[in-house]
Amino acid sequence: MIEIDGITKRYDGTAVVDNVTMTIEPRTVTVIVGTSGSGKTTLLRMINRLVEPSAGAIRLDGEDNRSMPGFELRRRIGYAIQGHGLFPHRTVAQNIATVPVLLDWDKARIDAKVAELLALFQLDPAIFAARFPHELSGGQQQRVGVARALAAEPKVLLMDEPFGALDPIIRAKAQADLLDIQKLLKTTIVLVTHDMDEAFHLADKIAVMDKGELVQYGTPAELVTNPATEFVQTLIGASERPFRLLSIETAGQAVEPGTADGKPVGAATSQRDVLSELLWTGRDALPVAAADGTLIGKVTLEGLARRAARPQ
Amino acid sequence: MRAWLPSLLRAVLLAILLAFLISPGWFEPLLKPLVQDNAPAIYNQGSLLTLTLLHLRTVAIATIAAIIVAVTLAILVTRSFGAEFLPLSRSLVNVGQTFPPVAVLALAVPALGFGEKPTLVALFLYGLLPIFENTLTGLTTLPPSVMEAARGAGMTDRQRLFKVELPLAMPVILAGIRLSVVISLATATIGSTVAAKTLGEVIIAGLQSNNIAFVLQGGLIVGALAVLIYDGLSAIEAVLARRAGL
Repeated sequence: MIEIDGITKRYDGTAVVDNVTMTIEPRTVTVIVGTSGSGKTTLLRMINRLVEPSAGAIRLDGEDNRSMPGFELRRRIGYAIQGHGLFPHRTVAQNIATVPVLLDWDKARIDAKVAELLALFQLDPAIFAARFPHELSGGQQQRVGVARALAAEPKVLLMDEPFGALDPIIRAKAQADLLDIQKLLKTTIVLVTHDMDEAFHLADKIAVMDKGELVQYGTPAELVTNPATEFVQTLIGASERPFRLLSIETAGQAVEPGTADGKPVGAATSQRDVLSELLWTGRDALPVAAADGTLIGKVTLEGLARRAARPQ
Repeated sequence: MRAWLPSLLRAVLLAILLAFLISPGWFEPLLKPLVQDNAPAIYNQGSLLTLTLLHLRTVAIATIAAIIVAVTLAILVTRSFGAEFLPLSRSLVNVGQTFPPVAVLALAVPALGFGEKPTLVALFLYGLLPIFENTLTGLTTLPPSVMEAARGAGMTDRQRLFKVELPLAMPVILAGIRLSVVISLATATIGSTVAAKTLGEVIIAGLQSNNIAFVLQGGLIVGALAVLIYDGLSAIEAVLARRAGL
């Protein structure tokens, strides 16, 4: 659990982050959104004390994050950034091993961890361990960056626009992979982005920052149905609201009994994507398949329309 | 040009240089036409090999001292606590470069006496600037995302310096050292005006006795050394730069 308590950061008297209080539940994905200059990155960087707050406190599992030197704190918190920041003079394996080496893990444990993470991120250790970052594609570099952030098994992973430098196709895949890995490792993720689609895709809860203030902190559905300010509404986009609602839940959550013709959609597909598929194929319904391929029912156009409507 | 040709030329140059230093007599017929009757065509007041080694030693000592001072200074002024000394150290090092080595020799002789010492001082001062400036450039132009990642991973200031900053800046630092070495190799010859044992002795002896062969062989040995050392250091730099993915 991360408790952010009245945290403020002033530069030359101007508050960049102004008295923000929020509690981030463990094992969830929290996305901080806002325009540039809203203070979202500064807020994130105060969690691992890359920026020292002017006032307020941040507690990790009840422990003040100033109770140890900054570098020790940062070894316990994963950190992944836009443009990956891989060390160009070190191999992929050495990059991933950065924090375990700083923590003096023994060699066998480090090697095992590196191999495990490479496999987890679908990078064959035999091929990639000895490569240098410039020999990788953008998507591979990004995955190594996240693997490095997770190497010391941190409970908390901070991500600053981690997918910002990726092209749309690789970005969608990277986002899906991140969710899978989060479910597997049960890491608490705090992610900063200005991409609302990304926020709605990933977040359990979204924090909206505007001019240094936290204007709303809630589930994606709460933001759509009950925006706290005009700014939140603009950020979400009035015309996007029904689609945002659909993008939060999966096909599995909209399953109705019965069968339908057509190519089954996966239960984990977002309802928004299913709607798109229905409209494109001109059908009223599509069958839904569980992860193992068994059909579990159907999703109907009518059912999705009901779910996309404003809650009464 | 074929890829192996430059390496072949370097190997040939090295072979000729070594042959000349070990057995200069073989080359006497080539130099004989340059001298008047009876004058020696090959330097005869000492061993060319010994002079070359002493020359290299002088350059090496001065360069190592310059590296230690310039790199240390550049590291200190790029830390947060040393930033305000950056302009001061820049001017100091620039003064070292603008001061003519001959003037340094003239000033150093009364204090240090004749011989190698004043030459070392002159070469040291002259060699500081390229190394300092390049180290500064290397340390201040590191990719911000890499530095951010190093901090975010929990490296201390010292760990960042030794594990990330210096390795990444190394190719640029080496380029500065290379420049400094080549300047020193040429400049060291004037050390012989104050009785330092360098290849300048051969050139000065040639000038005094109007012996073009002496001047030529002294100059060519220095030139060959400069080319070979320059190429050698360039090759090391290229390997490091490739390893650093730059």
